[in-house]
Amino acid sequence: MESIIQLENIYFSYANSEAIKNVSFIIKRGDFVGLIGPNGSGKSTLLKIILGILNPQKGSVTLFQEDLKKFNDWSKIGYVPQKATNIEKNFPATVYEIVSMGLLPIQKFPKVITKHEDHKIKGALSFVKMEEFADKRITELSGGQQQRVLIAKALVTVPEILILDEPTTGVDKENQKSFYELLGKLNKKGMTILLVTHDIGRITQYATKIASINQKLEFYGSHKEFCLKDPAHKHQHKLCLDKG
Amino acid sequence: MIEILSYGFMQKAFISGIVLAIACSLLGMFLVLRKFSLIGDGIAHISFGGVATGLLFNITPFIGALLFGLIGSFGILKLKEKSHLHGDAAIGIVSHISLGIGIFIASIASGFNVDILSYLFGSILSIKTKELFLSIFLALTVITFILIYHKDLFYISFDEESAKVSGIKVNFLNSMLIILTAITIVCSMNIVGLMLASSLIILPSSSALQIKTSFKKTLIYAVFISVFSVISGIIIAYYFDFAVSGTIVLINAIIFLSLLIYNKVYLHNP
Repeated sequence: MESIIQLENIYFSYANSEAIKNVSFIIKRGDFVGLIGPNGSGKSTLLKIILGILNPQKGSVTLFQEDLKKFNDWSKIGYVPQKATNIEKNFPATVYEIVSMGLLPIQKFPKVITKHEDHKIKGALSFVKMEEFADKRITELSGGQQQRVLIAKALVTVPEILILDEPTTGVDKENQKSFYELLGKLNKKGMTILLVTHDIGRITQYATKIASINQKLEFYGSHKEFCLKDPAHKHQHKLCLDKG
Repeated sequence: MIEILSYGFMQKAFISGIVLAIACSLLGMFLVLRKFSLIGDGIAHISFGGVATGLLFNITPFIGALLFGLIGSFGILKLKEKSHLHGDAAIGIVSHISLGIGIFIASIASGFNVDILSYLFGSILSIKTKELFLSIFLALTVITFILIYHKDLFYISFDEESAKVSGIKVNFLNSMLIILTAITIVCSMNIVGLMLASSLIILPSSSALQIKTSFKKTLIYAVFISVFSVISGIIIAYYFDFAVSGTIVLINAIIFLSLLIYNKVYLHNP
């Protein structure tokens, strides 16, 4: 299977503290990888390195078999930040306008939305079941609904991989469940997913692979191997086995 | 009304005022959303040093202010980058150094203190033709840039990190936003004066944000409020013999407060 993300011997330090030590793994097409670890373990740092926001001091990142420094086809990557709880109360944008931002990497001057692009925006909103909210202001929605809109924004260019950073922070349990189901549905359709979370119980139900880090990579393998390796967490173990 | 328009100085005031009002409101929306709105005040302080230097060396103060504004805005960007200071501290350091230069020059060359006042408080009715054309040209450049990049700037204002991941040139646009602010502040010097230069950047956008609608409509409302305040400010000031700059700012303040109260009392918006 084709590799989508390849990390080789990544090292990263903030001033005097080492955040990432010698992390290597490969995410292949169709994988649903849960990147887990305690607070301060370097999950978000690693994600920023993958996305080119931070440069590692050592090691290499390859996206779609191309060195990150040369990679420029960002429409292949859909990114959902940990944003829903941070949207400014006064931010003046409708749901439609937020999703249309996702098209910017592929739009050409004068960047006016064409009929085809309008169709794409409505399609993405319909996929996340938010079509009827298109004209609502993003700030009028609940955290769960905002997160769905951000997924629609990430999906509007039909990316090959969806990368999500703690997407369920501030989202109630019921909405979390439907959110993970939505990701599962996307993965079944063939989309590669990398999800950063500290919600080990939930992620082991949906992810096909787990990458557990605490500065170093502590585990990388299938969710079943992960659960069997760590049976001390009975609850998680049960969730893993429930998934089958 | 027709009488007002028959005077050449009023025609100049309306033309430069309207163009600057559009530039300020377009730029202001992004500065307010990005919490950069006070950079306008900082650049106005920086430009004061340029006005004083210009008057001392017999260079057009407008050019002195523009040079100081541009150099100062680069200084803020570099200081922020090299010293790892927060943006507000970098703005404070550069603007106060320039303000200090301006006050020092004004104190040693006491002859032009009266001229300085017109730059501090604005003198839209005595705008020179050369300055009018330069202001219009620079303001149109700002408007064109914002119209070309408004979607990218909108994305950066919403989420800078995601915009970066999408391949948008975030650093370039952030730098341009500060440089354009310097140009716009200097151009608005003749209308509202350096003391109130950033008011046209902050107030119309903040008023439009109270209307709570889509981004596109908010931007249109900001432009409308800004242009309305400048036109009505000039007319009221002309007929009642008020200071134009103060009248424009007060009209903006009334619009902002009215929308804020309407929002809180009638619409019960949080």
